[in-house]
Amino acid sequence: MTATAIALHQINKTYANGTTALQGVDLNIYTGELVSLVGPSGCGKSTVLKLVAGLDQPTHGHIAWQTRERHLAFVFQDAALMPWATVVDNVHLPLKLKGQSLRASRSRIQAALNLVALQGFEHSYPRQLSGGMKMRVSIARALVTQPQILLMDEPFGALDEISRSRLNGELLQLWQQHHWTVVFVTHNIYEAVYLSHRVVVMGAQPGRIVATVAVDEPYPRSESFRTTPQFNRYCREVAHHLAIGDAPTPDSMPSPSPSLSP
Amino acid sequence: MTLKVPPSSDLKLSRPPSRTARRSVIAKLWSGAAHTEAIAPLLVGLCALLLWEGAVRLLGLPPYLLPGPLLVLKTLVQEWPDLFSSLLVTLQITVLAFLAATVSGVLLAILFTQSKWIERSLFPYVVILQTTPIVAIAPLIIIWLKNSTFAALVVCAWIVALFPIVSNTTLGLNSADRTLQNLFRLYGASRWQTLWYLRLPSAMPYFLGGLRISGGLALIGAVVAEFVAGTGGARSGIAYQILMSSYKLQIPRMFAALSLTTVLGVLIFVGLTWLSDRLLRHWHDSALPREH
Repeated sequence: MTATAIALHQINKTYANGTTALQGVDLNIYTGELVSLVGPSGCGKSTVLKLVAGLDQPTHGHIAWQTRERHLAFVFQDAALMPWATVVDNVHLPLKLKGQSLRASRSRIQAALNLVALQGFEHSYPRQLSGGMKMRVSIARALVTQPQILLMDEPFGALDEISRSRLNGELLQLWQQHHWTVVFVTHNIYEAVYLSHRVVVMGAQPGRIVATVAVDEPYPRSESFRTTPQFNRYCREVAHHLAIGDAPTPDSMPSPSPSLSP
Repeated sequence: MTLKVPPSSDLKLSRPPSRTARRSVIAKLWSGAAHTEAIAPLLVGLCALLLWEGAVRLLGLPPYLLPGPLLVLKTLVQEWPDLFSSLLVTLQITVLAFLAATVSGVLLAILFTQSKWIERSLFPYVVILQTTPIVAIAPLIIIWLKNSTFAALVVCAWIVALFPIVSNTTLGLNSADRTLQNLFRLYGASRWQTLWYLRLPSAMPYFLGGLRISGGLALIGAVVAEFVAGTGGARSGIAYQILMSSYKLQIPRMFAALSLTTVLGVLIFVGLTWLSDRLLRHWHDSALPREH
């Protein structure tokens, strides 16, 4: 693997109310790789993304960047489109905030919309679009800034299975064309294995990294990869680590409560 | 007298079905399409008027106790020049107070959302302004602004109309989508960019809801203040006409003036509803046609 794009060193994150979201997280994210974070709710996988994006600060530890310039884009779980704005205006937003007029951004917006196959919907409003199409707009909005690093927080979590696997395939294609570094958060094991170089398995209470599973399957990966024995083996391995991670560690185990004892 | 105002936010968030129904009727009337839905309330109104007229005639009620609707209509036509010019004065007060309340309300709401401390320190006083009965302070305001009764009346109406706009717009500015707020931060949006491109558009439906309440309240405020000002004013509004008619026991004239006021209130509401639907029609659920 190539150079490290982002290195997380011993990250701890404790919230004001005392809950520990992350404990001792060490993670290297390599340039150009597609890495997934998988774990149960509350394992802090979204927190990792927020810390990387600078939307929140770690309590301890630090995040090192390979380059000073951070061309980051974030895709959130809900498409988070502005309902009062058309598709074009929504995609224009990141450029508008940098002071670029709509006229000057036209070609870039159109290019981003072409990438996610949304030609013809430029002047639609979000409420006229399906869930999958809204997510495409959200992705176009991330791509319009021509990012090098793409942070995706359960981007397809709210979609039906058919839309999800189609967008999985499209994401892989785009990624191969653009060589982004992608950090992909999901709770779907199959999605994680299908997409990633590496699947980072996280556990909850406290949020921590349990294991890393490398998926040694060359790209491009076709849809048929999903039905191979290797695919199943990777999924079982991830599921196994998830199950271990779910079991409380001895020092965090609560004393057995009377109602639970036989 | 205290003015009873339903909590404006509730009105916005959980609109009772009757209101929606009424709105769709208004929209249909507005679009010029005669529709069965519009006929029902008109029929009810007509029946009530017929019953009223019949009862007055049958019981032989004298006009100074209860005039029939026909007599009221006749008086309205006869007294039109007087009543209409008075109505215009009241309309002027209402419009000025409403505009003042809108501008100051939005500015106050923006100020409140700049810092939790500003909101905490100032909001209670807006509430106090709202809960103080306008009839009680109107005489004071009229004395303070003794050089211009007109200005005093505008101030009274402004006080009444201010609260729903401040309260609703503040709520709206604070309810911008969290994820979008994060997105704006991520792309380095300035405070003003976030306000202009995110918070203000998010607040729009709430603001427009407040506007519809305030429109009616501005009229009520103007009428109440005119009542308090009594006959002192040089330029007399519609409340002056109502008051004078009742003093002189010209009850049909009083009813005529009263019905003009009511019609004006309904027109203000219809106009603001139309404005709200126009502005929100592309994106907000409230402006979409209802599905049955």
